[in-house]
Amino acid sequence: MANKVLMKGNEAIGEAAIHAGCQCFFGYPITPQTEVAAYMARRMPKIGRVFLQAESEVAAINMVYGAAGAGVRVMTSSSSPGISLKAEGISYIAGAELPCVIINIVRGGPGLGGIQPAQSDYFQATKGGGHGDYRLVVYAPASIQELVDTVQEAFDVADQYRVPVMVMGDGMLGQMMEPVEFKDRNTTRNLPEKTWAANGLRGRQKHNVINSLFLKPEELEQHNRRLQAKYAEIEKNEVKYEEYNLDKEVDLTVVAYGTTSRIVKNAIKMLEKEGINIGLIRPITLWPFPSKAIEDAAEKSKYGFISVEMSEGQMVEDVKLAVNGKKPVYFYGRSGGMVPTPAEVANKIREIVGGAK
Amino acid sequence: MAIVFERPKALLDVPTHYCPGCTHGVIHRLVAEVIDELGIIDRTAGVAPVGCSVLAYDYFACDMYEAAHGRAPAVATGIKRAVPDSIVFTYQGDGDLAAIGTAEIVHAAARGEKITTIFVNNAIYGMTGGQMAPTTLPGQVTETSPYGRDINTQGHPIRVSEMISTLDGAVYVERVSVDSVPNIIKAKKAIKKAFELQMQGKGFTMVEVLSICPTNWGLSPNESIKWLRDNMMPFYPLGVKKDITAGEVK
Repeated sequence: MANKVLMKGNEAIGEAAIHAGCQCFFGYPITPQTEVAAYMARRMPKIGRVFLQAESEVAAINMVYGAAGAGVRVMTSSSSPGISLKAEGISYIAGAELPCVIINIVRGGPGLGGIQPAQSDYFQATKGGGHGDYRLVVYAPASIQELVDTVQEAFDVADQYRVPVMVMGDGMLGQMMEPVEFKDRNTTRNLPEKTWAANGLRGRQKHNVINSLFLKPEELEQHNRRLQAKYAEIEKNEVKYEEYNLDKEVDLTVVAYGTTSRIVKNAIKMLEKEGINIGLIRPITLWPFPSKAIEDAAEKSKYGFISVEMSEGQMVEDVKLAVNGKKPVYFYGRSGGMVPTPAEVANKIREIVGGAK
Repeated sequence: MAIVFERPKALLDVPTHYCPGCTHGVIHRLVAEVIDELGIIDRTAGVAPVGCSVLAYDYFACDMYEAAHGRAPAVATGIKRAVPDSIVFTYQGDGDLAAIGTAEIVHAAARGEKITTIFVNNAIYGMTGGQMAPTTLPGQVTETSPYGRDINTQGHPIRVSEMISTLDGAVYVERVSVDSVPNIIKAKKAIKKAFELQMQGKGFTMVEVLSICPTNWGLSPNESIKWLRDNMMPFYPLGVKKDITAGEVK
C-alpha cells in the first residue's frame, strides 16, 4: 500500500488544498466544517502561506475576492448558513470572473437549522444562491479520497475557466475518517496565465481592473452572454458521474450523490439477493448535471427512476428534467440531519417495484 | 518653458462623472499625486467602493478593484495578504464605510491590516440620491430624514476617526478637509503620511476627508463649503486622532 494516512474529511480538505498550491485561506468557524480552518491555521504559516480568520463569512469571501484578483490560489470553507452569507461575494466573484474554491460542508436548514449532515443546499449551490445569471461548478464527492482528489481538481477547473468552484460534502463526509493518499499531481489541463490579475502594474502599461459593474445594459447583456458561453463550455467538458450496476437492464435506477450514494449501494446489495436489480447514477458534478447519462438510462430502467436525497426533493427536479417524461421519477428523502438507512431505501424501492410489478 | 503643473500620472486622462462642485476630484488628485511622488504605482492596488466613487477604477491609472458595498477593507486585506509587497488603498464614502461596511473597517483596523483607507465624509448618501448617512448631522434634512435627523429615533452620527483611533491596530488616523487651499495642502500631507506608514509596514492608516455634496445638500458649491465649515467642522473636528510616530525624532 502506498503512503495512506487516516484522516478526517475536513482536515483532508485542508491538506488537499495545500497540495494544490492554495496560497491563502480565509474562513470563519461554523459547525460541522471548523476543522478545515483549524487545520489551515496550523499548517499554512509553517509553509509561508496565509491563514486568516475573518470577522465574518461576508468578510472572508471578500478577502477571497481580493486574493483571487491578485492572482493567487485561494480557498474558503463554510457550512450552510455561512454559505448564505457568502452568497453576495460569490455572485461578485462570478461576475468578476475570478477563480477560487469554496467548500460547503452542508448541515440541515433552513435558518439556523441543525448541525447534522444534510444535502439541502442543492438548490442554493446549483441554482444560484447569490443574485444574477451565474453558475457555480459544484462537486459532490462521496469518499474522503475522492474529496481530496476533487479539491485539487477544483483549483484547476477554477483557473481554467476563471470561475468559482464549490466542493460540497455533507457533515458526515467532513467529520468521518478514512485512509487517503496525497499525490502531487501534474494537471493535464492547459491553464491560462493570469494576465488579468491586479497586484500592481509591475511594468505593465495598462492597469488591470477587477470588476463586475456594467452600467450600460448592452454591455451587461454582452457580459452575461459571454458568461453563458463559458458555462456551456463547462457543461460540454466537465460533467462527471459514476454509473453503478448499470451494465444491464434494471428494474429501477437510483440517482443519489455524496454520502447518500454509499447508503444506496448497500440497499442495492440487499435487494440483489431478492432478485431486484437496481442501478445507480451518482452525479459527481451537481452542476453541470449528468442529464444525458440519466436520459440514456431511461430505456434500461424498467420502472423508471428514484432520487434519493438528504433533502426534501431538490435534486428530483433535475432528474425529472433529464428523464423528460420518458419514465416515472420517484423520490425518497430524509432531512433535518436524518440520514436514510439502507433498509429504508430498500423498502421504498420494494414499494415502487413491487407496486409496479 | 518649464512645466509647473500637470495631471498626475496616477490619474488617467479621462473626464469624470462627478457632479459640478463635488470635491471627489480634488481628493482623487491628492491620492494620485501621492502615488506619483512615492513612486509606487508599479505595486499599488486601489479598491473602489459602492457609492459616488464606484467608478474610481476608471480614473486611477493603478490596478483597481471594485468591491461590494462596504467590503473594500476585506477585499484590500485579501490583496495585501496575497501580495505583501503591494501598496493597497481603499477609497470609501460614509455610507459604504460607516453603515454597511462598519464591521469590515473596524476589523481591518483592529487587525492592523497594512492598508490605507481614504474615507470621504460628506454627511449624506450621494449616489442613491441624498439619504441619511451614519454621518448625517443631528437636525440635517435628507431624503430619509425629511424633518431633520432626530437623534431620538434615528440615532447619533458616528465619529469614525475617533472610533477607529481607539483600536490598537490603527497607527495613524487623521481628519482633514478639502474646503480651502491650506486645508487641501494639509490633506495631501496626511494622505502621504498614511501611505508612507503603510510602506513601512506599521499598520492600518486612515485619512478621513470632509467633503461636500452640493447636489444632495441642495446648495451651491460656495454655500456647500460654508455649510461644511459651519456645521461639519464643529461636529467632526479636524486634526490627528492617532499617530504612533508622533513622539519619534524626525
